Amino acid sequence: MEKKQTVPFQGTKEQEAQLLSVIEELKKEKGCLMTIMQRAQEIYGYLPIEVQTMIADQLEIPLEKVYGVATFYSQFNLNPKGKYQISVCLGTACYVKGSGEIYNKLMEKLGIKGGECTPDGKFSLDACRCVGACGLAPVMMINDEVYGRLTVDDIDGILEKYQ
Amino acid sequence: MFRSHVLICGGTGCTSSGSQQVAAKLEEEIKRQGLEKEVAVVKTGCHGLCALGPIMIVYPEAVLYSMVKAEDIPEIVEEHLLKGRVVTRLVYQETVNAEGIKSLNDTDFYKKQHRIALRNCGVINPENIEEYIGTGGYEALGKVLTEMTPDEVIQVILDSGLRGRGGAGFPTGLKWKFASGNRGNVQKYVCCNADEGDPGAFMDRSVLEGDPHVVLEAMAIAGYAIGASQGYIYVRAEYPIAVERLKIAIAQAREYGLLGKDIFGSGFDFDIDLRLGAGAFVCGEETALMTSIEGNRGEPRPRPPFPAVKGLFEKPTILNNVETYANIPQIILNGPEWFASMGTEKSKGTKVFALGGKIHNTGLVEIPMGTTLRTIIEEIGGGIPNGKKFKAAQTGGPSGGCIPAEQMDVPIDYDNLIAIGSMMGSGGLIVMDEDNCMVDIAKFFLEFTVDESCGKCTPCRIGTKRMYEILDKITKGQGTLEDIDKLEELAYYIKENALCGLGQTAPNPVLSTLRYFRDEYIAHVVDKKCPAGVCKSLLTYKIDPDKCKGCTLCARTCPNGAIEGTVREVHVINTEKCIKCGACMEKCRFGAIYKE
Repeated sequence: MEKKQTVPFQGTKEQEAQLLSVIEELKKEKGCLMTIMQRAQEIYGYLPIEVQTMIADQLEIPLEKVYGVATFYSQFNLNPKGKYQISVCLGTACYVKGSGEIYNKLMEKLGIKGGECTPDGKFSLDACRCVGACGLAPVMMINDEVYGRLTVDDIDGILEKYQ
Repeated sequence: MFRSHVLICGGTGCTSSGSQQVAAKLEEEIKRQGLEKEVAVVKTGCHGLCALGPIMIVYPEAVLYSMVKAEDIPEIVEEHLLKGRVVTRLVYQETVNAEGIKSLNDTDFYKKQHRIALRNCGVINPENIEEYIGTGGYEALGKVLTEMTPDEVIQVILDSGLRGRGGAGFPTGLKWKFASGNRGNVQKYVCCNADEGDPGAFMDRSVLEGDPHVVLEAMAIAGYAIGASQGYIYVRAEYPIAVERLKIAIAQAREYGLLGKDIFGSGFDFDIDLRLGAGAFVCGEETALMTSIEGNRGEPRPRPPFPAVKGLFEKPTILNNVETYANIPQIILNGPEWFASMGTEKSKGTKVFALGGKIHNTGLVEIPMGTTLRTIIEEIGGGIPNGKKFKAAQTGGPSGGCIPAEQMDVPIDYDNLIAIGSMMGSGGLIVMDEDNCMVDIAKFFLEFTVDESCGKCTPCRIGTKRMYEILDKITKGQGTLEDIDKLEELAYYIKENALCGLGQTAPNPVLSTLRYFRDEYIAHVVDKKCPAGVCKSLLTYKIDPDKCKGCTLCARTCPNGAIEGTVREVHVINTEKCIKCGACMEKCRFGAIYKE
């Protein structure tokens, strides 16, 4: 089921031109759809229905196909993410060292559930699978910054840095 | 010529603990001391000792500095690199003894390891093809193209006994043989599975980050063996460093004529493209992976036809994982007998494991097949921290199982692991201690499978969901003995009837914990207790009257007003009102609150 779109689409002409040139460059390659969608997400930050429609039209394939791929893979976002994207690793190594508690604490602090974004657009929270820094477990990432060997008590201090 | 080389780890683990900043500071200090013509800094891949990152090794002395901070660098540069005095205080303490500094290979962590797949990881600069060539890289490809027929190549791989390192352990040579018919007349593909989805496993990532060319070389060898001219590497988008290094490696290999047309003047053409995954665990399954490369939803399809007959774009295809490929060039160069001399009767060579969880030396180890779990955990891994007791080791991720203490002396290989209810999987090895609840762990894995099930077949889509619900009920103290039977019955049904490997193995975490830790399930169901103290609904929070000072902090913290007591009097938790959030325990300064 499609999630309710909370933010109106605000794509610019430049973004559109960029997307069209990406499609033009890749469309002859076999199996190009996913690659195009990944590039589109880099351009727009997420894949709203407007962008999916553009891709479908350009490739002359049904929108259902694009939407099907977009909803199958967890990295495609139908909704925009926060300015600061928090992802807590819930891979096994982190989980046995207590990342579940870190995740719960963040949901409580931010007042949102996993996959959601705070109303001011500042923070979004996701659980992720193994960032591969198992030596530092438990781990979370805020954008590209990695925080390791976390305890629940570290959370307040870390969030404050982004206020 | 440099008189000294400083190797600094640029793998994901060390990068996350700040090795980039350390490297930048290092280069700056070396320049400041005017040593830039004498000392070279090499950014390598993973050394394996991720727990102690960032890691830095100074050659020729082979001194390993662990947990290096940027502030330590001026001292190391001045003392060690300029004046030749090792900064013992910052050296990996395992290597320090009365006589001085001992070799890394004599430490518990490295002593029993045997590195084939990880041969170059942490040793060479992965972004420079010449360093790979300098350690014998692309020699195997040269040998294959100039001295061997494709059938001879396949025979060597068959004779070596190499089995797929991705999970199921299918003989690699056999896979190649199945796809080898009709060479030259049909378009074929060679694929590499670098979609390491098993949470807690990172050996493939380390190979890609530390030695990307070995994968390219092996894929070209495979291409020659089966008669394919195009390869695809399907890599997780969650591994940005690996993706970047692969891109660099492919570009360099093309530039050097080691990929592309007429390689080594032999008339053999082969090229490789990257495809990025987008976060779907099921895409590690071979047919799903190929469907995903084709640009579709990554759903598996029934086999037969097997990929060797009808794979990617409906053409004959072979798919091997990264670690499998990393063994190939060494087998070609050293011969199949060399490889087959290591390991057990049916599992040859070595296996890389990612050690994680409750263990001292978290990191990456490569050991000969047949090593026992006890050796890995107690010797190489350095045991369990905080004096806790070992409870179980989980191998094979969501498809594997938990191995209890009584099975610790079983030699690890493909068949033994299956016999004791787990599986090799890609090589994640997560250690759990007495504080981990096995029912909760089973639930954790089932939640993962429910989330990652693609939904194509009913046993997996609905069955795993039902299993999860039963487990959830049990961890909430609402389970019955009947539920345990139902859980077991459902597990066997799903195992037999699911479409692909994901579904068929999804019940394993439940079955193995039921087999070895049934008493914990019974405790949850009959006594309504969680022996490990993990399952919240089954805990009661209590205040130790001897330790409570009556500071009232807990009563003020409790969100539900469940704590009663007045100033300087012992407080009491009203278990009826307690919502078991644990906030009081976190706040108590006297350690007076405990759970049982």
